[in-house]
Amino acid sequence: MSVRRLAEKQPPSFAFTPANLEWAKAQISKYPPGRQQSAVIPLLWRAQQQAGGWLPQKAIEAVAEMLGMAKIRVLEVATFYTMFNLSPVGRFHVQFCGTTPCMLRGADQLKKVLHHKIGHENDVTADGTFSWTEVECLGACVNAPMVQINADYYEDLTPETLTRILDDLAAGKQPQPGPQIDRQLSAPIGGETTLTDPSLYGGNGKSTPAGTPLSDSDAKKPGAAANVHEAPLPKPPIADATDPRRG
Amino acid sequence: MLADKDRIFRNLYGRHDWGLDGARARGAWDGTKAIVEKGRDTIVNEVKASGQRGRGGAGFATGLKWSFMPKQVDPARPHYLVVNADESEPGTCKDREVIRNDPHLLIEGCLIAGSAMAAHTGYIYIRGEFIRERERLQAAIDQAYDAKLIGKNNIHGYDFDLLVHHGAGAYICGEETALLESLEGKKGQPRLKPPFPANMGLYGCPTTVNNVETIAQVPDIMRRGAAWFAGIGRQNNTGTKLFCISGHVERPCNVEEAMGIPLRELIERHAGGVRGGWNNLLAVIPGGSSMPLVPAGPDQADSLLMDFDGCIQKKSALGTAAVIVMDKSADIVKAMARIAYFYKHESCGQCTPCREGMGWMWRLLTRMAEGRAQKREIDTLWDVTKQIEGHTICAFGDGAAWPVQGLLRHFRPEIERRIDEYTANADTVGVLDPPVSEAAE
Repeated sequence: MSVRRLAEKQPPSFAFTPANLEWAKAQISKYPPGRQQSAVIPLLWRAQQQAGGWLPQKAIEAVAEMLGMAKIRVLEVATFYTMFNLSPVGRFHVQFCGTTPCMLRGADQLKKVLHHKIGHENDVTADGTFSWTEVECLGACVNAPMVQINADYYEDLTPETLTRILDDLAAGKQPQPGPQIDRQLSAPIGGETTLTDPSLYGGNGKSTPAGTPLSDSDAKKPGAAANVHEAPLPKPPIADATDPRRG
Repeated sequence: MLADKDRIFRNLYGRHDWGLDGARARGAWDGTKAIVEKGRDTIVNEVKASGQRGRGGAGFATGLKWSFMPKQVDPARPHYLVVNADESEPGTCKDREVIRNDPHLLIEGCLIAGSAMAAHTGYIYIRGEFIRERERLQAAIDQAYDAKLIGKNNIHGYDFDLLVHHGAGAYICGEETALLESLEGKKGQPRLKPPFPANMGLYGCPTTVNNVETIAQVPDIMRRGAAWFAGIGRQNNTGTKLFCISGHVERPCNVEEAMGIPLRELIERHAGGVRGGWNNLLAVIPGGSSMPLVPAGPDQADSLLMDFDGCIQKKSALGTAAVIVMDKSADIVKAMARIAYFYKHESCGQCTPCREGMGWMWRLLTRMAEGRAQKREIDTLWDVTKQIEGHTICAFGDGAAWPVQGLLRHFRPEIERRIDEYTANADTVGVLDPPVSEAAE
């Protein structure tokens, strides 16, 4: 558990943009009628994005209103889940993994870089560019040590490569996410020891390479996130006995 | 050693196309209709015969779990399949590779598993941090819908909707009932079991929660037959497993290997061996941070077989098969203290032994890492782990108690040595000097 509180300085209001409102309604339809509370995390996530990377109180209340939930229930969710930032963050929010597998591969050295270049945990730099926080295991342990910056993972880091990534971001460049050394995702350095049999990939002879690790370049439309669903969402699942569609 | 032809995750490293074309070229979606038409009982029996055990950490027999779903579907209570993609166990990074590099294996597995438990809706709960992976998964699901492989009136003759839901940073949501609570839009606080999800699950309806790797293995099991899967590994520990090898090895990596592979062979063949050679090994954690460590030694790590029974023999457990290796340069007590901090941070707070016990254990272990403790506190720590283990609403308490027990079982002399060293130097270290502790609040 950790103690999480709303920020002292709060903006006076929050309302979803029309596009986000549309999107929110589509999310709600993924769950059976009467179960719209399930959409609370996705909606808070989108509200956080709209508000610049953190969740103001008014956003929490707006989501509560939209889902017909008591405000306290949404506040519970916002404080329980640690990816909801309850106070402002930098344009690039660095989530640094300090758990043991990363620690064993030198994460402590990276922490010094973050202290040096950004400052204390959760402080935002004066120009609003960076903030950082230590988080628990990010699930990239064989590519340790690593950090998550906004939506991307930067892995197999050294103090030098982390410094370079931060400098590149500050300069408006787009550093390549994924392993920062010559390595194919989670395969061992120096090449795979398995899946070397070419006959596994006969099939129709076509096997387009995957290319770079996931990034915004995988988006469906320029500027749109890759998770924007173009096809109509399926009808909500068969509900329980409270559903009026049931005869 | 496992031959490539027996590997299920043929795009583990993302060298090939993750999309529908690439997946088909590697054998996915081949003959799925025939599999689904076999019907619930046949599919469940085949999975039972394969001996597959859950790959999410608990190792419960998959076929048996599926058979707990009600035989008759009550129209007021539809069945749900929920896939646990909340991979957060320290050391574990395998589901991520399945989701981003071979998502169609998972999608096909969901359809087959759904048909085996009369579920027409599946939710995949993916952890909040896996943003790019979630986007990739949704794109693959869109491809499957477009090709009418899933959805209403699909080509397989079994209506099945698959939806992606996500978390926002909570390890405890990997616990199946906490996951269901989170999916329902609440704090991820586990429920008491019984009742079990097969009886009272998502929205109060019969639900089965399975891990990503478990479900993604199902299409291959059905296509190649239970006998093929059961022919790999020892009895009760069959099949292939994704191993995540991290820590003090030359080349950390993920690799799919046969269950029961000796630890030494696994590390040396695929990860370049322990840094500094096998004799430089201090200890390994074989199954993710929740499992007790296994120290180096002839009766211990030297003879450890990486399957469920093999790890139990060494008083540990296979868990997620996330192998965390520590060599002699590692500060084992500090490493364990940091694991204790992880549990303190991730406790949901519902029950007292866990909420209070986690922080208490962390503070004590931090002092022990410096040696700033008493030897009798080692016994007190053991007692406290015994009071947490088995006395909590969910297995999180056990998962936090076990690693501490592993440390005390095998490294008590090291802790005592530090205590002696601290005491011997106590006149040079002021009692009011702030302790040097990396694991800050």
